[in-house]
Amino acid sequence: MSQTTVIPAATAELPTPPDRAHFLSGTAPRWCPGCGCFGVLKSLTATYARLGVPRERLVTISGIGCTSRLPYYTGTYGFHTLHGRAPSVALGVKLVNPELSVWVISGDGDALAIGTNHTLHLLRRNPDIKMLLLNNQIYGLTKGQASPTSPLGLVTRSTPYGVADAPINPVNLALAAGASFVARVADTNGAMMEEVFAAAHAHRGVAFVEVLLNCVTFHDGAYAMITDKDTRDEYALAMCPGQPLLYGKQQRKVLVADNGRILALPLAEGEAVPDQALRHDPQAGDAGLAQQLALMGPPDLPCALGIFRQVQAPVYGLDPKPD
Amino acid sequence: MNPVHAAVDLPDPDLIQVQTLDEITVKFAGDSGDGIQLAGQKFALLASAAGETVRTMPDYPAEIRSPVGTLGGVSGFQVRTGSAGIHTPGDRIDLLVALNPAALRTNLPELKANGIVILDESAFTATNLAKAGYPGNPLEDGSLRDYRVFPVQIGKLTRGALKGLALSTKQTTRSRNFFALGLICWLFPRPRAAVDEWIEQRFAATPELAKANHRAFDAGWNYGETAEYFVSPLHVATNQRMREAGVYRLVTGNAALAKGLVQSARRAGLSLFLGGYPITPATEVMQELSRYRDPDVHMFQAEDEIAAIGSAIGAAFAGALGATSTSGPGLSLMGEFLNLAVIAELPLVVIDVQRAGPSTGIPTKSEQADLLQALHGRHGESPLPVLAAATPADCFATVVEASRIALRYMTPVVVLSDLSLASGAEVWREPALDELPEFTLHRSVAAADFKPYRRDPETLARPWAVPGDPGMEHVIGGLEKAGESGAVCYEAENHAAMVQLRHDKVAGIARDYPATAVHGGTDACLLLLGWGSTFGAIREATDRLRQRGRSVACLHLRHLNPLPHDLGEALRRHRAVLVIENNSGQLWQQLRAEYLLDLQRLNKVQGTAFRIAEIVEATESLLETLP
Repeated sequence: MSQTTVIPAATAELPTPPDRAHFLSGTAPRWCPGCGCFGVLKSLTATYARLGVPRERLVTISGIGCTSRLPYYTGTYGFHTLHGRAPSVALGVKLVNPELSVWVISGDGDALAIGTNHTLHLLRRNPDIKMLLLNNQIYGLTKGQASPTSPLGLVTRSTPYGVADAPINPVNLALAAGASFVARVADTNGAMMEEVFAAAHAHRGVAFVEVLLNCVTFHDGAYAMITDKDTRDEYALAMCPGQPLLYGKQQRKVLVADNGRILALPLAEGEAVPDQALRHDPQAGDAGLAQQLALMGPPDLPCALGIFRQVQAPVYGLDPKPD
Repeated sequence: MNPVHAAVDLPDPDLIQVQTLDEITVKFAGDSGDGIQLAGQKFALLASAAGETVRTMPDYPAEIRSPVGTLGGVSGFQVRTGSAGIHTPGDRIDLLVALNPAALRTNLPELKANGIVILDESAFTATNLAKAGYPGNPLEDGSLRDYRVFPVQIGKLTRGALKGLALSTKQTTRSRNFFALGLICWLFPRPRAAVDEWIEQRFAATPELAKANHRAFDAGWNYGETAEYFVSPLHVATNQRMREAGVYRLVTGNAALAKGLVQSARRAGLSLFLGGYPITPATEVMQELSRYRDPDVHMFQAEDEIAAIGSAIGAAFAGALGATSTSGPGLSLMGEFLNLAVIAELPLVVIDVQRAGPSTGIPTKSEQADLLQALHGRHGESPLPVLAAATPADCFATVVEASRIALRYMTPVVVLSDLSLASGAEVWREPALDELPEFTLHRSVAAADFKPYRRDPETLARPWAVPGDPGMEHVIGGLEKAGESGAVCYEAENHAAMVQLRHDKVAGIARDYPATAVHGGTDACLLLLGWGSTFGAIREATDRLRQRGRSVACLHLRHLNPLPHDLGEALRRHRAVLVIENNSGQLWQQLRAEYLLDLQRLNKVQGTAFRIAEIVEATESLLETLP
């Protein structure tokens, strides 16, 4: 018969408590200085350190693009696969070894242009795989062409007269695909990234996290209104489960529904949150409100951040097949 | 009509009571709802149980459900049975069972002159004749005078036999296949008890149908015995070689491929993971695997062929035997991922069940035209081993060999089958697990000195550390690798060295091959050379030619890349070499380039296999021109 002995290294035990460095490969990242990817790498490895999963059971799998270089910088098992195809490789890994914690790192060109099909099927199948979509609205590795998330009118190297086709909203797509965990975070908020990544890991099933990522070289400031200190109170809304959807300076604006449409209502000094205020419910029976929240954004409404949806559903490859 | 014994070269049929034939090719044909496949398969199994060598070939209608009675709806099942030396489902039909006019019209061109037709006369109605496009009734207009025709009221007699059973008209009509089977089983005596037992098992859930099939079978058998069409039963010669004890089954090429994957993984002590996407004629491979409840046999139906191979590569990365099965168009889609497996050096078995191309081509016809795609159809310098199966049962052995190579050399391997192997069947004994060759894995890794691209000195394979193995965390990918470390490296000299290394690793696989064996002697003047499904026709043509005293031998290649080390030498021993392929000369071109030899070629691209006679004829012509 075959020989499948693996002799572990003497130094393989987890340091206690494991620190982030244990989950880094030691290879120096080669992203542009100031790239949002640095923040994601930091938060992801900090999350890895918090999970209590030994390094050898973590697998970081990416496609092709600037963001997809990330596995080279982690100290986990990693696979830098093909453009758009990381979800299929990840699925093969997870199905043959459900003990592994499998993370897909992808970008907007990777997951929403060439790989949309695989993204959609990963989400609707609901395997226990975590997918981060680092969305910088531009092709960075090929030096500045429009991506499927570039806003209308954006002038890029492939659209000198402006983008003419409507962008995809990643969170909305994930919700439409039936993903059981959907979140959005900004690359500037390390604490929220760690919190959401940890929640994604704890979720039993597929988890999709859009990271609003700044590309300093080809599309700098894409999310400035949402992330800058001066404007983020007005244009970012951190959703809390069970709580009214509040934002603005001192949380003095609230979202309400008017005939199915979301409106922002300013609260007067000392005014209590009205009963009609929308409350965030990631476990709602359907994803209708979550989709409306996903589509919000400046200048009329804030961009919603946090966990949009978190529901239990049969997990592909883990739960028994229905008879 | 005159009594008859057989259609095949009988010296004096009327005088001999019991005839023994060397072989017989029988075709059952009818509408696709007539249970033709079931009757044909049962006849084949009974022949095999009697010790005969059997090869079968179904032909299904191209459309899923053509209107009943039309030419498009004809389903057929051909069985060739006889003594040893049978390697194909037969050039032409000796005996045709036609359950309607469309079945007759479709198959008549394949019937030998003076061949036998047993047909259901009750189905030759004006409506059915019109549906089949007959202007008149062929039973009356003399157009069948070159054949021996036996009209039997199969429909009417079956209805009579089933009278009193609680069956619908449709169910009664469907039982005609058992009448036909009964008649043929009387003509070529098969044990009735075996059929009775099988009917009980097969139709245990529907006792009324079991009863109907018993009665229809008996009615057919008794008709043979009583009617004076046939003087006596005919006997077919058996294969006198002793068979090894074991369970034998009629296996199609696709079923053998699936079985081979499962057994390879079990032999290697691994899980099997097949990522698949439905495509004719490969779909049965994934379907077979989907039936396993073994937690170590994974079949994942992906969203496309790209995800199918991608998931298999992921599974291989995680320590399973990764596999995928597809046909030509799917292989085209898989090209990019195949290259990832080449550079990441992961074990993977990729099965291409070829069909007629290019593009959608003719999905229901067979061809061997994906060879060059398998060898070269990828960007960059991308060597990988390519193997081809020769017979339906050989699909098992070929996939086992492919798995052995994939694991021993840490490489993707392409296995070529084709439609004629996929749906053709032969009787085969499944070998026990310990009869399979030993598998070498590169999983014995010490973390202390682990380097993801450190080579095994003999095979040049890299170690196979997988997620879950502590202390060997590493990242692989499609970017060029530096020597041992596997780190990303764009340096010129490293790239040249890695290209050479990947080439040398695959070239080294040929060390493991057995010596090239020529059938018919190395001193023959002419060598017939083939690969894949042409095996049977080439082999039988060679035997026939040698019986005629021609100086001919044959050689069949399983390994198409790398080629055997001793192949050039083997080719040079013969005055001429004829390369026979169901394509326009793809291996021929490869071999000429490789060995600078002026080889001859014989090609057929009509979507059908070579007939033995075609090869015999072409060879005779070539022999005449040789000095």
